[in-house]
Amino acid sequence: MVALANDLPPGFADPVADANAVFRAVLSAISYPGRIVPLPVAPAPPPPLSLAAAAILLTLADLETPVWLSPGLDGDGVRAWLAFHCGCPLVVEPGRALFAVTESWDMLSEFSPGTAENPEQSATVILQVDSLRPGRGMSLRGPGIPDVERLEVPGAGPSLVRALAGNHRLFPRGVDVVLAAAGRLACLPRTIQVTEEASCMSR
Amino acid sequence: MTEAGGYNFAYLDEQTKRMIRRAILKAVAVPGYQVPFAGREMPLPYGWGTGGIQVTAAVISGQDVLKVIDQGADDTTNAVSIRRFFARTAGVATTTRTAEATLIQTRHRIPEHPLGEGQILVYQVPIPEPLRWMEPRETETRKMHALSEYGAMHVKLYEDIVHFGRIATSYDYPVRVNGHYIMSPSPIPKFDNPKMDRMPALQLFGAGREKRIYAVPPYTRVESLDFEDHPFEVQRWDEACALCGATDSFLDEVVTDDRGGRMFVCSDTDHCQDRRAGAPAGKEEAAQ
Repeated sequence: MVALANDLPPGFADPVADANAVFRAVLSAISYPGRIVPLPVAPAPPPPLSLAAAAILLTLADLETPVWLSPGLDGDGVRAWLAFHCGCPLVVEPGRALFAVTESWDMLSEFSPGTAENPEQSATVILQVDSLRPGRGMSLRGPGIPDVERLEVPGAGPSLVRALAGNHRLFPRGVDVVLAAAGRLACLPRTIQVTEEASCMSR
Repeated sequence: MTEAGGYNFAYLDEQTKRMIRRAILKAVAVPGYQVPFAGREMPLPYGWGTGGIQVTAAVISGQDVLKVIDQGADDTTNAVSIRRFFARTAGVATTTRTAEATLIQTRHRIPEHPLGEGQILVYQVPIPEPLRWMEPRETETRKMHALSEYGAMHVKLYEDIVHFGRIATSYDYPVRVNGHYIMSPSPIPKFDNPKMDRMPALQLFGAGREKRIYAVPPYTRVESLDFEDHPFEVQRWDEACALCGATDSFLDEVVTDDRGGRMFVCSDTDHCQDRRAGAPAGKEEAAQ
């Protein structure tokens, strides 16, 4: 059931420079949480894998990193593409993944938060969203943010804030979230305190 | 400049870079926590900045402008050889000017010129574990960090006060990052500690022999440990820099002859040259 290799969409055009550019974009996004960073390259992954999610996996996933795909994203095309370009093992249990790609934040607490002694063993969750809007929406505070940053995920209700706040309370454990929209990304590491718009207005 | 034949861009192979990049991202996500990584052998001995070089090699792009300093100076052996290493293996532009650099690898100093957003400071670290002198077992220090069990560190500083009347630690002065992990700032003078607090630039730390990477994200609280009745303070000098006249920079004492002659000069050579280019008054003082 694996697609033929010559049907596979390509990976990075320039594997060394493109991987570096995407890493620097992610590094910048995780250093300044909530800021929207443009994706510097445009790979052509098999749908429904988004550009940003695909670029991050091409950059960071390999044979050492178990990857979990949400049922909505899993499919022969995506599996064959990841197997060929990343060589990463795909896992069934979300708790075993180092990278997870999903379209929903309902499962955030099911991914590995690491341990108090080894918090770096937590998962990085790539959350595919339709779009990101700066300057409004959730209020973000924490390392990397001088005062307060605002970020809106259109269509996401208070359940996203609740999921992220629950994750933050686990510190130093917790997953790190990369919000991946088409061609843009933003990071919400576990250090970030997320509150709803209203509590920001009252300050 | 061309890339050295036979090597990947920036020397390390891509799989090694991915492993280091994953460690760097987790280090930024857990500020001050030491992430273990599978450190590689580098074409330099341990103690010459192999940790910093591996971090730099994983981060550096062809568009970066690299500055390397050793004790503040751009022209010492360690700084020159690391700068040339990346000029040869990555073909990047290099500079000695702090303001022009996008990536700065440092051994034991933070530049005097304030760093801004978009700049990355990479520290070379010999002993990443601040608790190592009190507790030699890694299994124990790992638990101490997990539980924020930092009494031993305060006892060490308190013993300083009992012995010397003040906290005698003058470099590698322990800091607390974002109110959680206690971290070694690497052997920078404690003079530089306040610069780490809420710095707009990203700070990455690489320890090659000990195989640890850690980080302080931008705008992150970095407090130097102290006591209410013995607050943290930095070194002061009675002298000004003999070359540029600076009174607010970290000064090195330089012996000039065998009759007790000596002078104090800025440890940060770029800062000193900048000031001399803009303020020639300092030169007259030096000539006397």
